[in-house]
Amino acid sequence: MCAAASLILGGVGGVLARRPAGRMIVYGGSLAIAVVALLAALAQLALGIAPDPLVVLPIGLPHLGASGLGMQFGMDDLAAAFLIIANIGGAAASLFALGYARHEAEPWRVLPVYPVFLAAMNLVVIAADAYGFLLCWEVMSLASWALVMAHHSEAATRRAGVIYLLMASAGTLALLLCFGLLAGPAGDYAFAAMRAVPRARWIGSAVMILALLGAGSKAGLVPLHVWLPRAHPAAPSHVSALMSGVMTKVAVYAFIRIAFDLAGPPAWWWGLVVLLAGGMTAVLGVLYALMEDDIKTILAYSTIENVGLIFVGLGLALAFKADGMMAAAALALTAALFHALNHMLFKSTLFFGAGAIQHATGTRDLAQLGGLIHRMRRSAVPMLIAALAIAALPPLNGFASEWLLLQAILLSPALPQFGLKLAVPAIGALVALSAAFAAACFVRLYGIAYLGRARGTAAAAAQETDRWSLSAMIVLAALCVAAGLLPGFAIDLLAPVTHALLGARVSTQAGLSWLTIVPVASRQNAYDPLLIALFIAISAVIGALALRRFGVRITRRAPAWGCGYQEFGPPARTLITQYSPSGFVQPIRRVFAGVIFRAHDEATLPLPGEAHPARLNLRWSDPAWSLLYAPLIGAIDWLAGQTNRLQFLTIRRYLAFVFMALVALLGWIALWG
Amino acid sequence: MSSATALSIAHVLAGALVLVSFMMLYQDRLSSVINVLALHAAVLGCAVGWQAYIQHAPELYITAGLALGFKAIVIPIALHRIVERFGIHRQVEAVGGISLTMLGGIGLVALSMVVMLRTAAHADALAREDVALALSVILLGMLMMVTRRNAVSQIAGFMSLENGLILAAAGAQGMPLVVEISVAFSVLIAFIVIGVFLFRIRERFDTVDSTALDAFRGEAS
Amino acid sequence: MGLITRLALQLAQMALMLALAPLLAGFVRVLKARLQRRSGPPLLQIYRDLAKLIGKDAIIATDASWIFSTAPYLMFAITWVSASLVPSFATDLLFSWSGDLIVIVALLGTARFCQMLAALDIGTAFGGLGASREAMFASLAEPAMLMIVFTVALVAGSSQLSAIATFMHEGTQGLRLSLALGLVALVIVALAETGRFPVDNPATHLELTMVHEAMVLEYSGRHLALIELAHALKLILYLSLIVCIFAPVAIAAPGAGPAALALGLFAYLVKLAAGGVLLALFETAIAKMRVFRVPNFIGAALMLGLLGTLLLFVSASL
Repeated sequence: MCAAASLILGGVGGVLARRPAGRMIVYGGSLAIAVVALLAALAQLALGIAPDPLVVLPIGLPHLGASGLGMQFGMDDLAAAFLIIANIGGAAASLFALGYARHEAEPWRVLPVYPVFLAAMNLVVIAADAYGFLLCWEVMSLASWALVMAHHSEAATRRAGVIYLLMASAGTLALLLCFGLLAGPAGDYAFAAMRAVPRARWIGSAVMILALLGAGSKAGLVPLHVWLPRAHPAAPSHVSALMSGVMTKVAVYAFIRIAFDLAGPPAWWWGLVVLLAGGMTAVLGVLYALMEDDIKTILAYSTIENVGLIFVGLGLALAFKADGMMAAAALALTAALFHALNHMLFKSTLFFGAGAIQHATGTRDLAQLGGLIHRMRRSAVPMLIAALAIAALPPLNGFASEWLLLQAILLSPALPQFGLKLAVPAIGALVALSAAFAAACFVRLYGIAYLGRARGTAAAAAQETDRWSLSAMIVLAALCVAAGLLPGFAIDLLAPVTHALLGARVSTQAGLSWLTIVPVASRQNAYDPLLIALFIAISAVIGALALRRFGVRITRRAPAWGCGYQEFGPPARTLITQYSPSGFVQPIRRVFAGVIFRAHDEATLPLPGEAHPARLNLRWSDPAWSLLYAPLIGAIDWLAGQTNRLQFLTIRRYLAFVFMALVALLGWIALWG
Repeated sequence: MSSATALSIAHVLAGALVLVSFMMLYQDRLSSVINVLALHAAVLGCAVGWQAYIQHAPELYITAGLALGFKAIVIPIALHRIVERFGIHRQVEAVGGISLTMLGGIGLVALSMVVMLRTAAHADALAREDVALALSVILLGMLMMVTRRNAVSQIAGFMSLENGLILAAAGAQGMPLVVEISVAFSVLIAFIVIGVFLFRIRERFDTVDSTALDAFRGEAS
Repeated sequence: MGLITRLALQLAQMALMLALAPLLAGFVRVLKARLQRRSGPPLLQIYRDLAKLIGKDAIIATDASWIFSTAPYLMFAITWVSASLVPSFATDLLFSWSGDLIVIVALLGTARFCQMLAALDIGTAFGGLGASREAMFASLAEPAMLMIVFTVALVAGSSQLSAIATFMHEGTQGLRLSLALGLVALVIVALAETGRFPVDNPATHLELTMVHEAMVLEYSGRHLALIELAHALKLILYLSLIVCIFAPVAIAAPGAGPAALALGLFAYLVKLAAGGVLLALFETAIAKMRVFRVPNFIGAALMLGLLGTLLLFVSASL
């Protein structure tokens, strides 16, 4: 562990100096470090080879508590699990960037910050005291902000940067208060000391709420998500992948660390709060994604959905834990962790693919794309796998973790509180709704970008991406398939984590016949993706062979029937007759988004005899902005306007202010001091 | 017959009443609302009759008979006549989103369950369950009255609410016959009064849309 | 029971599903025709259609990719496998544990995903139209189906179909209101998913009203044969599902002898026929809905599923 941490830091230091030397060193070095760290984490979790439990660095604030020596770092099982997630993502992003970053216009804006970002995410996870944690958290935020601002010449990016900075500081503030409450009057900021401090019930609850706000704003919980769909797409694609795939997971880690490890025994309503936040986030996130036309914004919103699903799992685990049902809590926590891993895998792939599309066509607008599968033959395959996986379809990994989550939900009637009993099945319906929406969303994304005919000239002239990028996508897609077909190994890998946090674990899956998974032994609910995939393959082959043997093998090509429009010239042919992305989602928009987003379609049709085309006007508003942030901004504006007057006072009045403040403070001391 | 089976049949009948209330929320045509109202009363008759059978309370048979006779046959026919006379039997009502209304209905059912299971935790199982379901029917009837504009469907909502009251009364053993009959008569009188009102509204404003009343009072925007 | 016998039973189940699927679809078609006083096609017409389609050239649209020509095989294989996971005449077949009810529902989702992609692949308006409507229906039908699964699984204590069928067969659950609601909801979902009235018209070729047909408009030859077969399999899957959960009468228990198996098979055939008759009656009596009425219809199934789960807690606390 020491080796990994120092390697990361060394890499950062070495790389920083050689700024002009180029991307090969930076990304190659990052790749190597990430792989080493990954191996170290895997070794700890799978084989139990743990390095020194705690490393105390000689730097840090001097007077922080009794053990105020300096920052402490340590890798326990939870940290190791998230190190795996962070470093698979980091390694893949570095591999992708080896090829992709060639097209970067201003590489010096990305290269120095990129390894710092990777290192900060790793250090947040292994930090073992609040000071080190918050410092690395802030470095992570700032580094990612700098990466977002790499393309600062665009106005939208600058706006995204401002919003991101504001939300990140607000989130850190919440975490700071949270750790302050955790440390208590003794003021010992080491995690080990925090665990030992006995604290009142309401302090624990306040800590949980603050952690939900602080970590939730980084992870993208609705309504704290507003920065995410602006900032994630603005960064270069490999950084977007890291931010969506890994940084949100670091936020999830922060929440797990605080709520499960440090905050003490949970109250039953904690679970309900987290469940409701998660369920709402899942459905709203994917609904937003359905309304968008920009590929990377769609992916960012879908990140919000997946974070919602992870938080549903965490909320369920908290509820079970509060009622002492540790085995069920372990199942829910395993589902959440497994989904975090899976989401990193497929979301990174999708962002890589989006980067490839952006480079090949110069646009991220779905309405300009189409038919890319003919021109980007190889990268279309990992994208298809990732789209199937994120749509939670068997036999891939997204479904495996969602299945575990649903199994945990099926255990919920045993909870004693009626609020939870009635809410959890409804949350289950929300989970299913978001899965169905995700399928629609990724049919739309894949079907419109890759299939059909090109909707614009840029899409018609697209080129396949380079070998490095392609290999990164293929590696991740292969991991998606592997995790989907062999979920038992992933569950066993995560078992030490739940054992450490809850004292219980999902029963060992490795020895079961046909590599099936049976999460709750007493219920016998089983899922065997390997066998099912095998069956499907065999059946498809049987079908194909039978048709070969008995049928006609001739295949001819002919133009598709388009009500006569296919006879028109090329531009009309490509643009008029295909469904547009917003047309595809119109039924869903009309049924679901009419109320929530106040979506409104307005069609202006030409009168008979007029030659101009019909126009479709589409309006929708973001409820988070219109209901929460717009009033908030208005209030702050008003307050600022009021305080602005203070600038134009006479000196006597200023003195009076100072004097009154002094008297007030003295009075406070006299009364309560 | 075992008491468990008797209980579950009562459970099914009371739940069916909730289901029919939902069916009523789902309808957007007046004539089908009235048909569902007749079905509602018929299910109520069966439920009350079954309660009479398992409680050995002969007076409940009279209530069941009243429900079947008046509410399932006479009143729906009368309502159909009114609707025919106004010529609004094919009128599609402007309902503010059926799905939303039904979602609200689910919420109300959940609410009444939680309330009943908490407050009446020590009561007799059969009575408690009946009261929980009856409360749902009452709340759904109110929801129907709140979300509809047309006076006829407001009547339907009111009558289904009344049915919920009767279900509650039948479940709580020992409500005297006088109360039953008075409830039944009150419904009849309410029906007549509302019917008369309908005609009055109709004469004045040439519509039975009750927003016209608000406009007349200067309340509509 | 020996492994060989169990394997043979499992294979028999797969073959039975494949062989019966067109027969059931044809049976419903004939009944509907008779009810409408038409003479209708012969009972075995669908088999003939399939044989004819297999003997024809497959024509692929100019702009279609490999997804268009692979999708039929996948759809067929996935639907066939998931149909074989539903217990028909006997419970606890050799591989029946490899997926529970949730897996079956999700597998059908995979098949639908393939179909929607294939529809978008040809690059015409019809494909997009069918796919976008299908996506809207599915986004309501899937949560509704999951609520039904919840209701049934909470009553039976398992989401494994064999366990559910065994539990229901024993009849210890008595008469449960939640199950009745679940049944109604499942029927609605099944109608929507198999593209029957009032959601979709299986016989229409009028562009503006079709959903499923719009997606497969460009298919021909052997590809179309596979898709038609997959569609018929989906019908028999849902009917078997309803029958296995709500009427597992005479279904053969694990380790049953040949007589019990034969009885189970006979009962299954009778139940399928009864389901077919009911479906034909229903389809004759009802008209197709406007597309934007359908969300309310499927939404009602979702509400019923939720209501069923809620009511479960009332009766569970008895």
